[in-house]
Amino acid sequence: MSLGKEELAAAIARDIPTGSFVNLGIGQPTSVADYLEDDAAVVLHTENGMLNMGPAAVGDQVDPDLTNAGKIPVVELPGCSYFHHADSFAMMRGGHLDVCVMGAYQVSATGDLANWHTGAPDAIPAVGGAMDLATGAKRVFVMMNLLTKDGRPKLVPECTYPLTGVACVDRVYTDMATFDITPEGVVVLATHGPTFADLEELLDVPLIAATGH
Amino acid sequence: MTTVCSATEAVADIADGSTVLVSGFGMAGMPVELIDALISQGATDLTVVSNNAGNGDTGLAALLAKRRVRKMICSFPRQFDSWVFDGLYRSGEIELEVVPQGTLAERLRAAGAGIPAFFCPTGAGTMLADGKETREIDGRLHVLEYALPGDVALVGAHRADRLGNVVYRKTARNFGPVMATAARTTIVQVADVVATGQLDPEAIVTPSIFVDRIVPVGGQA
Repeated sequence: MSLGKEELAAAIARDIPTGSFVNLGIGQPTSVADYLEDDAAVVLHTENGMLNMGPAAVGDQVDPDLTNAGKIPVVELPGCSYFHHADSFAMMRGGHLDVCVMGAYQVSATGDLANWHTGAPDAIPAVGGAMDLATGAKRVFVMMNLLTKDGRPKLVPECTYPLTGVACVDRVYTDMATFDITPEGVVVLATHGPTFADLEELLDVPLIAATGH
Repeated sequence: MTTVCSATEAVADIADGSTVLVSGFGMAGMPVELIDALISQGATDLTVVSNNAGNGDTGLAALLAKRRVRKMICSFPRQFDSWVFDGLYRSGEIELEVVPQGTLAERLRAAGAGIPAFFCPTGAGTMLADGKETREIDGRLHVLEYALPGDVALVGAHRADRLGNVVYRKTARNFGPVMATAARTTIVQVADVVATGQLDPEAIVTPSIFVDRIVPVGGQA
């Protein structure tokens, strides 16, 4: 069986090393926070300027001066800190952030990421911190469905959408399988439903079976 | 020397064609009262630098709606509530320069720190590097990015003392401190102004040297 969104978020949360500084992208990646165990001691970074960000604010906790990168009101956790934008992005670009999790339109076999712009003529381009995260985080995890709604693979030989970053993705978590992007090629770490042979059939990308599979 | 004045007085000398740095991430840290004063003042043909291109119908969105802005330099214009910008952009009434968020912050920081340009890995190999000088440094491609100074910065902060030292509140800090350093004239709106010496010197985020005008506007203190 392929993984649902919640199972996917839980799987990513399990793979984040204890004590990591982590940025979760806007949208689906935000849900990874719901599956981080307290004893994992993961510190969440939000690029608008906070470390040790807490969950969404409810009721009278809502403070318009305290939001996450998606502009959703959140709360503080003990030990939180605030900082300005230049410091916040120094944390990424300077290699201080251990992991980021982002969504994607496409990931290439060599780890190019496309997730900010469809390139459509009528689209208004908006990049936010996506390029900084892709370039700066020590490890870039992508969370996405393996196929588009009309059944085309999103893990591709080369991205056709405008790039967010070149050779920046380390791991791709999808509903059907988890992949590592390595110098040797795309390694299938785990499958969720389809067999390795099914994936080879489905994708136009050479695949390597993980050792021990 | 920092002066404490009204919003109307603070924005009186902003000229047509100015580059205006506007703090805020969404509405958090958005200097709404200063922008309202700028709308009344009437300056036009502005270039505005801000993270977003207006939310809803107030603050920066209101300035855009008055068609006072020729060009928007920002990282994330497209949002669920950016209908004012979206309309102007689609009808070709506003120019847009999209800059990665961290590069935007660093270009502002550089402007305030006397660094005219810097090589940055962000955006290398993407369409946002098209036409820009690049250089391989330590085996990695970098893009030459230029400092982004403003004629004036409009900053939303929390509290100031009469000398012009400024503190912020929670994530409303965002672009305020870097923009305050990057403009020839920095105008900061605050909820309240306290006597000099009443702010903890260890907690001051923007020292008064970067601040020209303080505008108390009331609100959450």
